[in-house]
Amino acid sequence: MKDIRQSFLSGARDSIPILLGMVPFGLICGAVSAGGGMSLWGALGFTWAINAGASQLAALQLMEHHASLAVVVLTGLVINLRFFMYSASIAPHLRTMSLPGRALLGFILSDQAYALSIARFHREDGAEIDKPFYYLGVGLAIWASYSVGAVLGASVGAFIPPAWDLGFAVPLTFIAVVVPAIKDRPTALAAVAAGTVAFLADGLPYNLGLMAGAVTGILLGYAAERRLSRD
Amino acid sequence: MTDTAGFWVVGALLGLGTFLIRFSFILIVDKVTFPEAVIRMLRFIPASVLPAIIVPAVLLHGTDGGPVSLARPVAALVAVLAAWKTRSILATILSGMGTLWLLRAVL
Repeated sequence: MKDIRQSFLSGARDSIPILLGMVPFGLICGAVSAGGGMSLWGALGFTWAINAGASQLAALQLMEHHASLAVVVLTGLVINLRFFMYSASIAPHLRTMSLPGRALLGFILSDQAYALSIARFHREDGAEIDKPFYYLGVGLAIWASYSVGAVLGASVGAFIPPAWDLGFAVPLTFIAVVVPAIKDRPTALAAVAAGTVAFLADGLPYNLGLMAGAVTGILLGYAAERRLSRD
Repeated sequence: MTDTAGFWVVGALLGLGTFLIRFSFILIVDKVTFPEAVIRMLRFIPASVLPAIIVPAVLLHGTDGGPVSLARPVAALVAVLAAWKTRSILATILSGMGTLWLLRAVL
């Protein structure tokens, strides 16, 4: 019998190390929102409504340069297109949850909640946990720490020395998650190809380099796997 | 200074759009069956999306200021080794940030 409460707590517990990276990330987003002249509640409301740091930063930057509303919103949405991929990937694991429950799970979907949960679901003992509630534990812990970071950032962000480069904790968190996910040659090929293409295509507008890299990685990994299984 | 009304409109529209993107497949998963090829591609999503975020963040978008600093790539390499050896998220973040600060202090 899969214990809902145990699964939820296990998810929250597994996200503790990641929270270290979330607080600075929220902090940066909160500090930038407040830096644009918003009140604490304005910065926090912006963060809660969107809940996706990279697109928030891009939107704020464009607004400061007086870009038109459509450009600001579209740019933010393009940066968030990767959530389509996460949603497709994680949806089969969440189908036992009720529809309103799934709406909540959708709202808290983040890079970190996705990465941590999918790694756990793919572990050999993945079937022993209640997946939606594990994901809920991860997602709420991450959402809460991101919000705490945003409040801190909106209030004291301006006093943190930029030389600390706290934002570097974000790619480090992804490194910690992706390295164990590289298990065989197709996944290794996917990772190298995705990173290389994203690097080369970085100059593309709307952060499309990220999508180009990710799609290349997925297609090459899939092709390599098919080849290997045919031989 | 950002225009306040515009700020809220952007927050609402970008928030709603992002939610719909996130919810999309979670909403329809019961109603459609995906082709086998799509299901096999799903396995490569984490291994592809994350490196596509990591590599430019490490090599191109440093907050260093200066020209190309070596501190970030070296710190990321140390973090990769730590992740590989320990499989611990905390150890990876701490060794990466530690290396970054150490290199900044001595370089």
